[in-house]
Amino acid sequence: MFTGYHYDNIPAIEKLEWGMKAILALEDGTVVEGEGWGAEGTALGELVFATSFTGYEEALTDPSYKGQILMLTYPLIGNYGVSGAKFQSEGIKVEGFVVREKCDYPSHYKSKRSIEQFLKEENVPAICEIDTRMLTIKTRRYGTMKACLRVGGTEEKEKVLELAITQPDISELDLIEQVTCKKPYRIKGKEGGKRIAVIDLGVKRNILNNLAKRDLDIFVFPANAEESEIRNSEPDALLLSNGPGDPKRGKNAMRVVKNFAGEIPIFGICLGLQIIALALGCDTYKLKFGHRGANQPVKDLKSGRVYITSQNHGFAVDKDSMDGVVELTQINANDNTVEGFENSYLGIKCVQYHPEASPGPWDTEKMFFDELVNYTRSGSLQRQ
Amino acid sequence: MPKAEDIKKVLVIGSGPIQIGQAAEFDFSGSQACRALREEGVEVVLVNSNPATIMTDFEMADVIYIEPLVADVVAKIVEKERPDGILAGLGGQTALNMTAELAEHDVLSKYDVKVLGTPLEAIYNAEDRERFKQTMERINEPIPGGVAVNSAGEAEKVVAELGLPLIIRPSYTLGGTGGGIARTMEELREIVSYGLQVSRIHQVLEEESVLGWKEIEYEVMRDAKDTCITICNMENLDAMGIHTGESIVVTPSQTLSDEDHQMLRSAAIKIIRALKVEGGCNIQFALKEGTYRVIEVNPRVSRSSALASKATGYPIARVAAKIAISLHLDEIRNDVTKETPASFEPAIDYVVVKIPRWPFDKFPTADRTLTTSMKSTGEVMAIGRTFEEALQKALRSLDIDKDFGTGYERWSEAELKHLLETPTDDRIFAIYEALKKGISVEEIAELSNVDQFFIKKIEKIMRLEARLNENLGGNLRKAKRMGFTDERVASLTGRTREEISDLRRKEGIIPTYKMVDTCAAEFEAKTPYFYSSYEEECELKPSARKKVLIIGAGPIRIGQGIEFDYCTVHAVKALKEEGIEAHIINNNPETVSTDYDTSDKLFFEPLTLEDVMNVIEKEKYDGVMVQFGGQTSVNLAVPLKKELERLGAKTVILGTDPENIDIAEDRERFSKFILHLGIPQADSGYATSVEVAKEVASRIGFPVLVRPSYVLGGRAMEIVHDEEELVRYMHEAVRVSKDKPVLIDKFLEKATEIDVDAVCDGEDVLIGAIMEHIEEAGIHSGDSACVIPPQSLSKDIIVAIREYVKRIALGLQIKGLLNIQMAVKDDVVYVLEVNPRSSRTIPYVAKATGIPLAKLAAKVMLGYKLSDLSVKEGELDHVAVKEVVLPFSKLKGVDTILGPEMKSTGEVMGIDYEFDKAFFKSELAADNPLPLDIGSTVFVSVCEEDKEAIVEVARKLKETGLSIVGTEGTAEYLKQRGIAAKKLKKLHEGSPNVIEMMHSQEIKLVINTPTDKQSYKDGYQIRRACIDLGIPYITTMQAAKAAASAILKMKESGGEIEVKSINEYFG
Repeated sequence: MFTGYHYDNIPAIEKLEWGMKAILALEDGTVVEGEGWGAEGTALGELVFATSFTGYEEALTDPSYKGQILMLTYPLIGNYGVSGAKFQSEGIKVEGFVVREKCDYPSHYKSKRSIEQFLKEENVPAICEIDTRMLTIKTRRYGTMKACLRVGGTEEKEKVLELAITQPDISELDLIEQVTCKKPYRIKGKEGGKRIAVIDLGVKRNILNNLAKRDLDIFVFPANAEESEIRNSEPDALLLSNGPGDPKRGKNAMRVVKNFAGEIPIFGICLGLQIIALALGCDTYKLKFGHRGANQPVKDLKSGRVYITSQNHGFAVDKDSMDGVVELTQINANDNTVEGFENSYLGIKCVQYHPEASPGPWDTEKMFFDELVNYTRSGSLQRQ
Repeated sequence: MPKAEDIKKVLVIGSGPIQIGQAAEFDFSGSQACRALREEGVEVVLVNSNPATIMTDFEMADVIYIEPLVADVVAKIVEKERPDGILAGLGGQTALNMTAELAEHDVLSKYDVKVLGTPLEAIYNAEDRERFKQTMERINEPIPGGVAVNSAGEAEKVVAELGLPLIIRPSYTLGGTGGGIARTMEELREIVSYGLQVSRIHQVLEEESVLGWKEIEYEVMRDAKDTCITICNMENLDAMGIHTGESIVVTPSQTLSDEDHQMLRSAAIKIIRALKVEGGCNIQFALKEGTYRVIEVNPRVSRSSALASKATGYPIARVAAKIAISLHLDEIRNDVTKETPASFEPAIDYVVVKIPRWPFDKFPTADRTLTTSMKSTGEVMAIGRTFEEALQKALRSLDIDKDFGTGYERWSEAELKHLLETPTDDRIFAIYEALKKGISVEEIAELSNVDQFFIKKIEKIMRLEARLNENLGGNLRKAKRMGFTDERVASLTGRTREEISDLRRKEGIIPTYKMVDTCAAEFEAKTPYFYSSYEEECELKPSARKKVLIIGAGPIRIGQGIEFDYCTVHAVKALKEEGIEAHIINNNPETVSTDYDTSDKLFFEPLTLEDVMNVIEKEKYDGVMVQFGGQTSVNLAVPLKKELERLGAKTVILGTDPENIDIAEDRERFSKFILHLGIPQADSGYATSVEVAKEVASRIGFPVLVRPSYVLGGRAMEIVHDEEELVRYMHEAVRVSKDKPVLIDKFLEKATEIDVDAVCDGEDVLIGAIMEHIEEAGIHSGDSACVIPPQSLSKDIIVAIREYVKRIALGLQIKGLLNIQMAVKDDVVYVLEVNPRSSRTIPYVAKATGIPLAKLAAKVMLGYKLSDLSVKEGELDHVAVKEVVLPFSKLKGVDTILGPEMKSTGEVMGIDYEFDKAFFKSELAADNPLPLDIGSTVFVSVCEEDKEAIVEVARKLKETGLSIVGTEGTAEYLKQRGIAAKKLKKLHEGSPNVIEMMHSQEIKLVINTPTDKQSYKDGYQIRRACIDLGIPYITTMQAAKAAASAILKMKESGGEIEVKSINEYFG
């Protein structure tokens, strides 16, 4: 007989209501009131929505969400608790969290705590019991908006709204430096294995896991690492990771790309792709409200096949600026934006989506990472 | 790649009659497919034996055949039509099996017909248990350990290896027929021997038990370019061990982490790739703490894919049909957003709950335990922004007078624990009551294997009930957000429904309507598909156009089937033709009426007064139509009218005045009305006590027909022959009360029953058809075979019938449809019943006569006169026989005799130029084929009063070269009249007896009319054996006569069935 799941630290059933109110103000003047949860306090950032119905643990800890308040469109959040096993960094990276309904009684054999405890421990404010679909529609129409989330002290509506409006734009923030590693470190691979240098712009753990799984010797560098420092590790390839904010603020990483281009294969994921594009002279722009979810269709122009991908980005590469610089290899089947490019002469291959998933579908993991290993081995964009 | 240019004409195979395990979902998928193909310029030839479908409408396909779905017949259609391709994956298991048979008989190769979409190879690899196992092993996907066996002996040997319990699954059956869980050797023998019988290839699989694991499903699609997407996943609230069609199902999954979900999703994609499915596919997994097993793959659209389509807005069947003609997913437009391609995965921002609808109210003796075989006839779906809301909406959509609340106190703690452990249709209520009685969430989860997540949600509902009473104002909004009705809140707080309803409006607690848009609002959607919730923003934008709300019929159940969905859809068509905006409110995910592009707006909602009124208040309709959704919507007529008046709304109920509807529905008023019209009716009375019942019965004389008032499908209706039976009925079958009297009618013995469907505009009456029943009055009209035009009625009788129909229609000032049931005895026409609404025969009449009654009625309700509509009653030169399909093979332990209580689930139509041939076809289509081979044996055993009549039947059968065996009485009787009939021993007398001969497949037809109580048990065993062994059988004398005559006629004309399209009949 199945003996039921194991629960740790689940609050008592009597706690159906929680007294604290919360408000969320948007730069268009919208102010909604709901129930507060997580930590008491104020969060500032862009309000962005993501549409996957699972993966909140991964999303909350994804460094790419730095500077943003994350809203999930699926209404029931926290159902399977927090395991800790799927963190994409050491802790929560979102500035604030917005859901329709939080789950007080999670049920999963791996759950170690409820999502509310997790938010409290990490001091992140959150709001629930509000019409998240209404806010999603507003965002779709208006474009991504600056927002302020306050838990407690909700009588100061005007002030909260003012904070939302007057805060700096995301493009004015240096977010990468808030999430990159402080010092270089190495994840040792197989003896004599190929070496890959990862520029950590806010790298998700599962990118590193995927490299390690494939026996690469990994050298992770902070975003501001000097060329010489990277050269000392004698890399066979370079990977620019995902990360938060406007790619145009990744100046140092652009320099690194220029230094190594044509010398060793260079790979980019998400923000990494955008920075590589900028380094090569292409341009980037801000999308109206970005792509965030686990259902984004990417069409591979060579095979004609469409892959379902995990995405989380607010900026994109300007397709027109790519002409004659790199070859467009993949596009988003919904809006035809750039999803991947290559330059076989320079040995560059990038994707805008997240082949490492976490959260999201695993459909492109093998394709991207196996090729990465192949190209790293051969030293060029040819299979060995 | 653009669509395949060599495919210009496609044969689409439908799924045949509605039966348990195969309901309206294939009319939905088939109609979508027909539209999708014709959009691409492909000529569509359709074959389906079920007239009560939208897909068999003239405008759905280029050529339509309503012919039996048997290989020989379909082969003739192939030969005649020469299609380039055959679409197998959209007509359920029936179509898949048919395609496989056509291929095996080399029909497809002979006429060069391509199997479109999923290749046959994939079908075999998914459906043949051994090949499925090999395929899964090849791609390293874990399946429960198991062995396929072809005999009982082999089956027993497996126990040594895998132990007990074992799951038994027959190969190639639908709805898991014949499957089960064997916990003992005895159970094993029983289930295996039945399973071998029902399997098309006499094979069953014995499987390692994963009982208690979570059951999770994925809907996956793949195109020829190998693009694979999942439409959604579904979590069964009931753990493994209960067929998914019998489970409460939630979409999307609630208790799976991203890792769990992606693990199963990746496996699903790997499997669809390995099988090379082109189109849609359903994959079921068992999951326990990160470990999973692949349970089953359906390489076709299914009930689950219909649910997934309605749950996400993604039209799986439509896309599958396009893939079948070689389009790729990114070349097919997402019809919902109109701008993005179909190659994406829907994102859901709500919770969907599905609950099956079981027929146990009709079969009190049936075993209500839920198992791996299906017993439900239909299902409801509800959408909410919280799980509690979706669950409570789904429960009230069932239309079963049951809800969370009171009425379960009688269950003791021990009984509750038993109910939790042994799932029945009551388990969800048992969970609720167990929580109320203080049984812990943990214990409930352990007993029921239901995840604590769901139990905690039900606990939240229960706790809010207590708090509502303490503080109504502070909790009302919360209650509405959790799906409570005003009525429930009222009863919890000692107020009236109206008070709560008004309080709610005063506080501004009114529902908002949200859109189902496939993308969680990421893109703007064009499709007007809505559900209610109590949120901030309402996305409904009522237009200023003239508009009408049509109330649907809810779940498919015995007595209220797909026919009413057909009528609902036709009403929409009529409104659209008139430029009026047509909206539908309904909750059945299997139907065409809830397809996103059927109506101008679709509200996926329960059909209670409150839910319907909420929509009316938002949209401010000009009118509401209640005639098309069967008894469910007609029952709303009077309360709706009252509520509209109470609120001073300008919306009117279109068509017949609810006041007049009530005259027809209320037996007492009705009886006076008929008397007043001077029309003969059977003597009747009603009783509120046993004593009164005895008086009434003795006044009108036995036998009498007894039933409770206001019922559907003849529920709890019985023919009572003497006072003893009457007393028993009054004590056991019904609980009589002042409000609910028992109706007592004189039963007209040996009368011919007549059904009439008509439309009236208040001045003129158009009679769609007069239908003559094959079975005598006393058999529920829904269970009787019938024929258009009537075969045995004299001109005078027909004139009388027409006159009475007119009198009644005009007397009730009918505006719209009416259905009248009559009986003819000794040249007198009696009126039995008038239904002022659409009836279950409307689609059959439409297909048989070409008169679109439902559409005409809708137009009349809009104010048209019949004279404006240029439709005429005409003479037919063909004959159409409707035959019913009964659910006995799915419901063990139920007797198969017919009576006044309706038992059938679906129907077929046989059409030809002569009655005998049409009858033969209808029996063949109903999977009750009449034997033609010389030397085939017919078993005959009839009751005393039928003996005389059987002589002629036996003589005809003999004439055709069949041989006859019988029980002592019948065989002797026949011998005395010069007809050779071999005498068989009674069951307890030893060999050779009839059951043995049935087992050895010697008997090809059984004629057995129910007999007196002494030999009742023998009769029951024989009839039950027919069902369990799949032997054609007949249980009424009238059907026996028709059968004998049909066999003789077929023999005379060479035994060949001729196929002809409906288009040709109406040339």
